Amino acid sequence: MKVIAAMSGGVDSAVAAARAVEQGHEVVGVHLALSSNPQKYRSGARGCCTIEDSHDARRAADVIGIPFYIWDMAEEFHDGVVENFLSEYAAGRTPNPCLRCNEKIKFAAVLDRAKALGFDAVVTGHYAQMRETDLGRTMHRAEDPLKDQSYVLAVLNKDQLDGAMFPLGDTHKEEVRKEAKRRGLYVANKPDSHDICFVPSGNNAGWLHDRLGTATGPIVDEDGNKLGEHQGAYTYTIGQRRGLNLTVPADGGVPRYVLKIEPVSNTVVVGTKESLAVTSISGEKAIWCGPIPATGIAHRGYAQVRAHGQPLSCTYTTDGATISAILDEPLFGLATGQGLVIYDEDRVVGSATIDATA
Amino acid sequence: MASYFDHAATTPMSPAAIEALNKQIAQLGNASSLHTQGRSVRKDVEEARESLARIAGCSPSEIIFTGSGTESNNLAIKGFFWKRRSEDPTRNVIVISAFEHHAVLDPVEWLEEHEGAHVIQVPVSGDGVLDLEALRDIVEKNRERIALIAVMHSNNEVGTIQPIQEVVEIAGDIPVHTDAVQSFTKVEFNFNDLGVTSATLSAHKIGGPLGVSVLILARGIDVTPILHGGGQERDIRSGTLNAPAIVSFAAAAVYANELREANFTYITELRKYLIDSLKAVLPDIRVNGGVEPSLPGIANITFPGTESDGLLLLLDAEGIASSTGSACSAGVPRPSHVLLAMGISEKDARSSLRFSLGRSNTRDEIDHLASVIESVVDRARAALARN
Repeated sequence: MKVIAAMSGGVDSAVAAARAVEQGHEVVGVHLALSSNPQKYRSGARGCCTIEDSHDARRAADVIGIPFYIWDMAEEFHDGVVENFLSEYAAGRTPNPCLRCNEKIKFAAVLDRAKALGFDAVVTGHYAQMRETDLGRTMHRAEDPLKDQSYVLAVLNKDQLDGAMFPLGDTHKEEVRKEAKRRGLYVANKPDSHDICFVPSGNNAGWLHDRLGTATGPIVDEDGNKLGEHQGAYTYTIGQRRGLNLTVPADGGVPRYVLKIEPVSNTVVVGTKESLAVTSISGEKAIWCGPIPATGIAHRGYAQVRAHGQPLSCTYTTDGATISAILDEPLFGLATGQGLVIYDEDRVVGSATIDATA
Repeated sequence: MASYFDHAATTPMSPAAIEALNKQIAQLGNASSLHTQGRSVRKDVEEARESLARIAGCSPSEIIFTGSGTESNNLAIKGFFWKRRSEDPTRNVIVISAFEHHAVLDPVEWLEEHEGAHVIQVPVSGDGVLDLEALRDIVEKNRERIALIAVMHSNNEVGTIQPIQEVVEIAGDIPVHTDAVQSFTKVEFNFNDLGVTSATLSAHKIGGPLGVSVLILARGIDVTPILHGGGQERDIRSGTLNAPAIVSFAAAAVYANELREANFTYITELRKYLIDSLKAVLPDIRVNGGVEPSLPGIANITFPGTESDGLLLLLDAEGIASSTGSACSAGVPRPSHVLLAMGISEKDARSSLRFSLGRSNTRDEIDHLASVIESVVDRARAALARN
């Protein structure tokens, strides 16, 4: 096949590209420029928007021996990921920009462009496995449980997954680093990126504050009693305990957590851990990674609500467009806007954006 | 089949230049040393200087060797600005054409940001020629305050030759710098006849080696140096002379100059053949610039409905080298500022490719390009239409 290898400049995408070449594919390396000004969103050696990273990607392509180009996806990234990140926070939700980037950029804008130019698929260094099963070509968790990225890929529909290759899914990260070294790729020891790539130094609250401004409002308890003030409701996340700066002490010193963010009244509601307990999760805008589960009947499976969260056993139902999951055990602290991903053992069934919890 | 249509970026070294480089690189000696070996290398350098001066129409003492065309342009622009402002603090205006190469544009912008320069850009026509009336107006209004005027001799992206003699007349006693890297040995270029104060020439654009260039600086004119050290070149440029590259540069210039008229005719015909061949397949393409007088080898073409980086990728896969204009330091393709200055829309600028031809190109290579261009453009159009 003719494939585009999306190369961030990190070790994973470099080894993924090298493996695709070894599998006999005709590979062209592409680095995505996600900011029109490479220093605009962040500076530093990590992340995906620096001159150093594009240079690292280019050198890896040289060593692998494939053509290399830079594709300007700054506009698509800004409109589809950064703007969405801001508006979701402004609406009191907690978005996951990596999900949006996979959905809107890597396996939409890039894949579409690749196909139009005559390529068959996009190769990335994500840790997930595509397998041929009785259900067709389905996505499964990676071999390395610490690196598994099936959660952030669960926003891809069947067509998108058919154009995706994840050559690292069967390998542990340690092995990937060793392989990079063996292949003479100097990014072998480059640190992993953890932060949101467009937020400098991982200071989420500060970055949001610069863009959304100060909007002072009340912090109240569940009965509506004012306990303090905040500088912007968007800087809080459901389940957050630290940094609340409450002026009224809690009865008996019981820790208090953010329970709710109400963007219209610009109010942050706090309360006890018990009030955070969630057993029912509903999600909208369902995306199916394989066959759509039968509608109207209950299925057993696992729900995951964070990129590195635990799978939670649950019963779920769907009407095709939404998903409702009832957890066997309560979960404490869950923000709307996050992704609800449903698994059948290690197979990714699909995902939805959480719009209500109870 | 490999088809190289990027001669304006760099062009193959001529056999004469390779021979000269190989011979000189084995010679021991620093041209500034006083002993026999030093004098021997100095002699080679000075002979090269004389050859270049003869071909460029200047005197040997007006030639300053530098490390790159970018360095020559920086030296002229910053040098004139600092020198002339130090003589008169109100003289802080720099006048440039709106479509200078980044090697001129960026030092000017740097002076604006860091040194209080006031920059005035002279518009260019839709055909890619400097607007002389606008220049006249700007000079009349700011004459006492202008530190220098910089207008390229020919544009690297669309190939149009600029009316430098008229610029010099309008400028009067204001220094005029011209970046002539694309013109030297390809079209008529004579420093004295033009009457400019300084000019940039570059070896690797004419079949010489990378890493050596010239700033021609008129006799008796002083600029503030950028590099300080041994003062090797008229105390204006320091650094050990790169004798092998200099000697090779001169050999390339002699060779290219001898063949100038023959090359001009051959490459002009090839360019016409390229445009006709592409138009036969794709009647809706547009040629940017292309008015006389122009460099023989540059064909800048808009392929409506495409993105040029998609075209470049697909052509590259067919073994065809072309260029999309400039990219930022991270390699992100940008719509050409040259085309934007000519009034071409951003959309069309992003749909434009430059093919630059040289002596080594053949009709077969162009036939190869013409045979694949339709399917390449179809795919590039589909890629742009994806949204």
